[in-house]
Amino acid sequence: MKLLVRGGKVIDPANDFCQAADILIDSGKISAVGQNLKANGAEVIDAKNKLVLPGLIDMHVHLREPGLEAKETIASGTRAAARGGFTSVACMPNTNPVVDNQALVEFINSRAASDGVVNVFPIGAITKGSAGSELAEIGDMKSAGAVAISDDGRPVMNAQVMRLAMEYAKMFNLPVISHCEDIDLAANGVMHEGYFSTVFGLKGISRLAEEVMVARDIMLAELTGTKVHIAHISTAGSVELVRMAKKKGLNVTAEATPHHFTLTAEAVGGYDTGTKVNPPLRGADDIRAVKEGLGDGTIDVIATDHAPHTVEEKDVEYNYAPFGIVGLETAVGLAFKELVNPGLLTVEELVRKMSVNPARILGLPKGHLGVGADADITIVDPGLREVVDVQRFASKGKNSPFGGWELKGLPTVVIVGGRVVMQDRELV
Amino acid sequence: MGLSRKDLLGIQELSVEEIQLILDTAEPMRDIIRRQIKKVPTLRGKALINLFYEPSTRTRTSFELAGKYMSADTINISTSTSSAVKGETLKDTAKTLEVMGADIVIIRHGAAGAPHILSKHLSASVINAGDGFHEHPTQALLDMYTIRERKGQISGLKVAIVGDILHSRVARSNIWGLTKMGAEVCVIGPSTLLPPGIAELGVTPFTSLEEGLPGADVIIVLRVQLERQQKGLFPTIREYARLFGVTAERVGMAKPDVLIMHPGPMNRGVEIAPEVADSVHSVINEQVTNGVAVRMALLYLLAGGGGPHEAIG
Ligand SMILES: [Zn+2]
Repeated sequence: MKLLVRGGKVIDPANDFCQAADILIDSGKISAVGQNLKANGAEVIDAKNKLVLPGLIDMHVHLREPGLEAKETIASGTRAAARGGFTSVACMPNTNPVVDNQALVEFINSRAASDGVVNVFPIGAITKGSAGSELAEIGDMKSAGAVAISDDGRPVMNAQVMRLAMEYAKMFNLPVISHCEDIDLAANGVMHEGYFSTVFGLKGISRLAEEVMVARDIMLAELTGTKVHIAHISTAGSVELVRMAKKKGLNVTAEATPHHFTLTAEAVGGYDTGTKVNPPLRGADDIRAVKEGLGDGTIDVIATDHAPHTVEEKDVEYNYAPFGIVGLETAVGLAFKELVNPGLLTVEELVRKMSVNPARILGLPKGHLGVGADADITIVDPGLREVVDVQRFASKGKNSPFGGWELKGLPTVVIVGGRVVMQDRELV
Repeated sequence: MGLSRKDLLGIQELSVEEIQLILDTAEPMRDIIRRQIKKVPTLRGKALINLFYEPSTRTRTSFELAGKYMSADTINISTSTSSAVKGETLKDTAKTLEVMGADIVIIRHGAAGAPHILSKHLSASVINAGDGFHEHPTQALLDMYTIRERKGQISGLKVAIVGDILHSRVARSNIWGLTKMGAEVCVIGPSTLLPPGIAELGVTPFTSLEEGLPGADVIIVLRVQLERQQKGLFPTIREYARLFGVTAERVGMAKPDVLIMHPGPMNRGVEIAPEVADSVHSVINEQVTNGVAVRMALLYLLAGGGGPHEAIG
């Protein structure tokens, strides 16, 4: 099975290759990159006026399987990923049961092999049941293919447990992904603490709830030397802490989500539970700082924290709705709208944050388009406009605050392991 | 001219003219309450539903009487008897009320924004009777009515709101209303009970009565919920009363003709000294009467009524 991606602008920053070129794919691998490649019977994909990128990788996704299949499944979640331009996702372990052992990692791998449309890389729990007290079988999970550990959604409050987890994970060279939230400081808040929480009469979550944990985990990273990745950074203070950590040369990386660089707490007005997310949508200063952090390299990765919920769960009082925004199918468009189109990031830099860096952090042999690489390719039409229609999402989750937004710059073709899985905005 | 809106969800979205219209329309309503036979046919054939997810004898009774004085059919649904306990969503409840033909639904709910959900799913009018810490618009309207009646106007007055501002929907609604009407508003309470960004609402925050009360024309004392102490927001009720209790001595720092208000129910001896609650300054009982009048005015206007001059037949 041969495929020729013809006439696009190839953006492959890992190989320092950014120019118009054809890419030939053979047996799931890239077999040639160059000018005027011959088709020789290969199926041709016309990429004229389009950007040809190494397959995008979303390192923070909730696929909800096993146990929470009403919200999402590996089948529906990976279809959403493909529609959103991603060729790989790393899925968080806060399923039911929590992915805290080898058998569950294997379950996800086998389910991904049978139902998955894109590559799925499981993330194992840090502690058993993500209960925050006893370490999970991290070594076993690594053997089964876990690419990182995280108690996302249920932060490890006990600093000693986190310290031990980091020390232990270091043996396996596994990154520890930290959802930074001090539960006591968050105090059952439902939105960002500030003027708008006061006006809307909702309990606030202070920036400090995130920042004290970012500070703690950076200090633990310094102590242990473990690779620590700060998930969904949302405040100016957190950006500054990560910047300082990097200046010190620590092994700390960070990600930001599209909703955190796009929307402020003002969006909660009208009590649309599609805006209820943890960490919450913050202030304008925070957005500025996150964008700055993306621009200067402090924030390495754009990840969606795709968190699908059922309509019934979200269609309730703001206080009672679960936290989470679906992100897979709007991420590229929002990144273009907020970062690339205004000139804050070049496409090359965007590719680093959505492919090269997540591959590096998770230790995946992906994120580039060199000869011999896995043929995971995302083709983006930078001029394509589309109005977001949540009913058209492949995800089961429709909980997005971006319905009705016009986005420009969207993926049109997704190739996973040499197979076209999405074409012209539709799944193949 | 009437109100050109379906619902009353908060004071924040009301214009000065709308507030004035409601207050003006409450005047003739209060005359009705003073009559021997307190019954006008204005809302005959209208179905009014009190949907209360939080206990509140005072507000519910006030709305119920307001409806009955105007000949509406009023029904009370409170949590213990509603399907809320059986887990029906607010959206489904709204749809049920819709098909039953409710004309006006009055909702009290512990979660901010609950009235907005009802409003979205109901073609009937929705009145917010208090939602979480968000707003309690009819309380602010009756407070403004009471102030206006006693002082002649609201503009230029200095109003101090004292107590747990953080958790108070009464404070928020009054802040929106009073500042719109031209009053100078300050809020006084322990720093742990002053919400972030409160100054951006156009009020001056103070953490001592000694700083905030001098020159006040009106003191609105808020009820302090005893459970706030258990959450660690202040050390003891005793210390709260010592620092923030409105005593006769402290009332002496305000203007000589200061009005003392309280939305009730009071914790006598905690946020307000008994002698203050019962003093000549106190208009706490008038607030209750005016509450019925203001709610009658609102029901009348939301039902399509045209203003103070047409209000009494
Ligand atoms: Zn998280």
